[in-house]
Amino acid sequence: MIQTFDCCTFCYMREYDAVVIGAGHNGLTNAAFLAKAGLDVLVLEKNEYIGGATASLELHEDWKYSNCSYVCSLFRPEIYQALNLGRHGLVVVPLQGSTTFKQNGDYYGNYHQLTVRRREVARHSKRDADASIRFDADLMKWCRLIRSFLLRTPPDPTSFKPRDVMEFAYLLKSFHKLSESQIYEFIRFFTMSIAEYLEEYFESDVILAHFSGGSIIGTGLGVYSPGTAYVLLHHAMGDVDGNVGSWGFARGGMGSVSKAIASSFEAFGGEIRTEAEVTQIRVEGRSTRGVVLASGEEINASIVVSNLDAKRTFLNIMDRKDLSDDLYKRAQNFKIRGSSGKVNIALDGMPRFPALPDGSPLTLGHMHFTDTLERLERAYDDWKDDRWSRDPYVDTVIPTQYDPSMSPAGKHMMSVFVQYCPVEVEGGWTDDKRDGFGRAVIDQIADYSPNFKDLILHAEVRTPRELESEVGLTEGNIFQGELTLDQLMFNRPFPGYAQYRGPVKNMYMCGSSTHPGGGVMGAPGANAAREILRDLGKPNTAPEDFGDD
Amino acid sequence: MERLEAHDFNEVLQHSPFHARADNLCKLKNWTSWNGYQTARFYDTLASEYFAIRSSCSVMDMTPMEKYRISGPDAERFLARLVTRDISKLRVNRVTYVLWCNDDGKVLDDGTIFYLKDGEYRLCSQHHQLDWLLISSLGMDVTIVEETREVAALTVQGPTSCSVLTEAGVVGLDQLKPFRIMHTNLNGFDLMISRTGYTGDLGYELWTDPDNALELWDSIFDVKARGLYDVRPIGLDALEMVRIEAGFIMPADDFNTAETTVRADHDRSPFELGMGWVVSFDKGHFTGRRALLKEQGRPIRRRLVKLMIEGNKPPKDSFLYDRQDGRRIGTIKTNIWSPILKANLAMADIDYQNGSPPSEIWAEIYYQKELEWRATWAKCSISEKPFWSHPRRSATPPLPY
Repeated sequence: MIQTFDCCTFCYMREYDAVVIGAGHNGLTNAAFLAKAGLDVLVLEKNEYIGGATASLELHEDWKYSNCSYVCSLFRPEIYQALNLGRHGLVVVPLQGSTTFKQNGDYYGNYHQLTVRRREVARHSKRDADASIRFDADLMKWCRLIRSFLLRTPPDPTSFKPRDVMEFAYLLKSFHKLSESQIYEFIRFFTMSIAEYLEEYFESDVILAHFSGGSIIGTGLGVYSPGTAYVLLHHAMGDVDGNVGSWGFARGGMGSVSKAIASSFEAFGGEIRTEAEVTQIRVEGRSTRGVVLASGEEINASIVVSNLDAKRTFLNIMDRKDLSDDLYKRAQNFKIRGSSGKVNIALDGMPRFPALPDGSPLTLGHMHFTDTLERLERAYDDWKDDRWSRDPYVDTVIPTQYDPSMSPAGKHMMSVFVQYCPVEVEGGWTDDKRDGFGRAVIDQIADYSPNFKDLILHAEVRTPRELESEVGLTEGNIFQGELTLDQLMFNRPFPGYAQYRGPVKNMYMCGSSTHPGGGVMGAPGANAAREILRDLGKPNTAPEDFGDD
Repeated sequence: MERLEAHDFNEVLQHSPFHARADNLCKLKNWTSWNGYQTARFYDTLASEYFAIRSSCSVMDMTPMEKYRISGPDAERFLARLVTRDISKLRVNRVTYVLWCNDDGKVLDDGTIFYLKDGEYRLCSQHHQLDWLLISSLGMDVTIVEETREVAALTVQGPTSCSVLTEAGVVGLDQLKPFRIMHTNLNGFDLMISRTGYTGDLGYELWTDPDNALELWDSIFDVKARGLYDVRPIGLDALEMVRIEAGFIMPADDFNTAETTVRADHDRSPFELGMGWVVSFDKGHFTGRRALLKEQGRPIRRRLVKLMIEGNKPPKDSFLYDRQDGRRIGTIKTNIWSPILKANLAMADIDYQNGSPPSEIWAEIYYQKELEWRATWAKCSISEKPFWSHPRRSATPPLPY
């Protein structure tokens, strides 16, 4: 498929079938399926390393971090299988359990063993132990429904094209499978706050706080904000080997995910160039012709796919004249508020958590230190006031308890995801303020682990400022755009642009700004590849959903 | 016995107060979880345990059975609204079988109500129900306490169960009628005995404080040590055999309980379980009544039936058809080989047409001989009555079998 021609003796001008802008997991996934279909594909990455939000860098000698994303659940097993990622080095090991430490010295342990977990819930509330059966079944109803749409292109509900009509009918049919009362509940679920939703099940403060954490991760919303119940689903709909809702560690860090996809892509003949920042998508007539790099170099390609978020794609690297006023305005208004920070820490040993009894398995899972809904909401209040949360919600994991490849033996790496951290602090971010944010996070953990601070050898502190400048996520929003109903399904990123196609011919989007959204899923990349191959009239290489009847 | 404060994460399955004895007798250590308790599937051989129930005397630890204490001025009103059955005629020291539904008339669980004393009941259930009981008690002056761990329970079943317990020191047991409760004293501790069970045979359930558990166990097994009667501990597998023979349903195995059902229409109503006889529209309002009334007016769509399958090939997980290679009309949910009837028995979920069962039912059976799979067809017939029952189950006094 390589189309080359010599224009003169000194100039070798190559035309790619497709150029993908950004070597994030979705860009690479998209590229891999295009290459698998026989296309000549080039992936361009601005950084000197690939991965975007799935990168594992060695910033302290012998320690590897999962610098941005840190656990894996949503990545579609269909893609894993279709791209042979296991043979390309990816191993995802399930995490065990989670815990929320209480301020009074107690804790709630969400043990991986169900019988132990049940007894532990009952220790806080016997009623909650039984209510969790109802909660799990209800959440699974919505998980089942939503999971069947992950590897499908959203239909355009206003279109009368046969395919849209059929896909919309599929959507309606899925709803039809729900009972009448389930439909009411589903609509409520999508519009409720997580606090109100959980309060329909649970009474214990720590249980409420524990299960609501997943609803605020990555959003500019608080536990009492409508719409957060869905975000919980977004974090619960993934699975590790069929265990819906469970999460795993990619061996070697999340960078292993992008490395495996890249390796698969290259095995299909694909090419990756790092330190190649795209500054312009070239459009001639009403069709893309290629891209222009920061160096001024022009690269020709018949198809251009952007892995960048919708704001960067439309406002930064497209010419204003190639966009309609409406689209330009929608891109400007796209809700992509940064609210998260990340602190990655190299540790000289395993921190102790005296609240946990000796031998407790709970350090193997997610650790949280916010034990009431009120503290979660107060953490959000700080963010609204352009401050980082003084009492932050953190999702802490120590993957080196399982993974021997990220730190020397006996030493550890801790990954701390932080909610909330503002895009702009009062007076603007400085390195000092960034470090102040890092200290607030470290203090939060140190309150529960007396030897923690002494073990710290190195820490990488990332506020939305760093997530934007280094990873390339606008405002540092980890989902490439808020996961609210107005920006989901056929509204993602904007109505009329949810089928991965851009405003000009041969231009596509494949990032998390598109359906089904953020989280390391690979689904946007695969779905976009399916649409591109469809437009080219080529056989589809992107996988279909395994299906779950 | 309140151990909830302990962080016993290494004890994945809890030990019942009888565990020391059960562990000693359980030769194969073939444990499984019953409501989070370490429970034997069988102790020695399945056959010996089955025949202990049907021919001599069996003992089973039923502490893991969910137990709730329901008391207060509105206790009766609460239970009457919870369950589908009319319990207004239930007297103190009597027991009745009940099931309860959600608002859609789908079965949440089944169990038994023990009327302990005025204003005080015990509800036993298969599954965890505290959340539903508390939701159902809104606006009523009733106290609901889960007491699963606070009560040690043994079930002693079989033709010689009355004789064994009498030899163990229980006085006046032969006068206890079915579904009645007596309070007695055994070797100095209080013991409640109900003539109830899940075997369709003569049998009793024994309830006491966990502190007395081992003494209770020992006093029963002492009858065997004295060389009088054989007494054997039995596990869940033998119980499964006799409960199917007796035609008792098992929530979550024979049908999905409503609370845990994810897929719409995968739950079941009492009528669809063949349990219409415990639904009483004559009593006052109860949860699910409106939906059940509506359903009663329509031809039944499907039913859980007791199915006898010809031949001796086990119809495990079999699909059912209206004729050989015909239309698929249902599935086997649970099945056993009945040693006493020499027959394959099953609980099966079957589609009805215009309110009637199919005129013919055939099971497609896959079975293995020396790792080679074979397929065969077996004709099935529905049994409206329990597959097996015995007059001694209800005789008072029971004869010394």
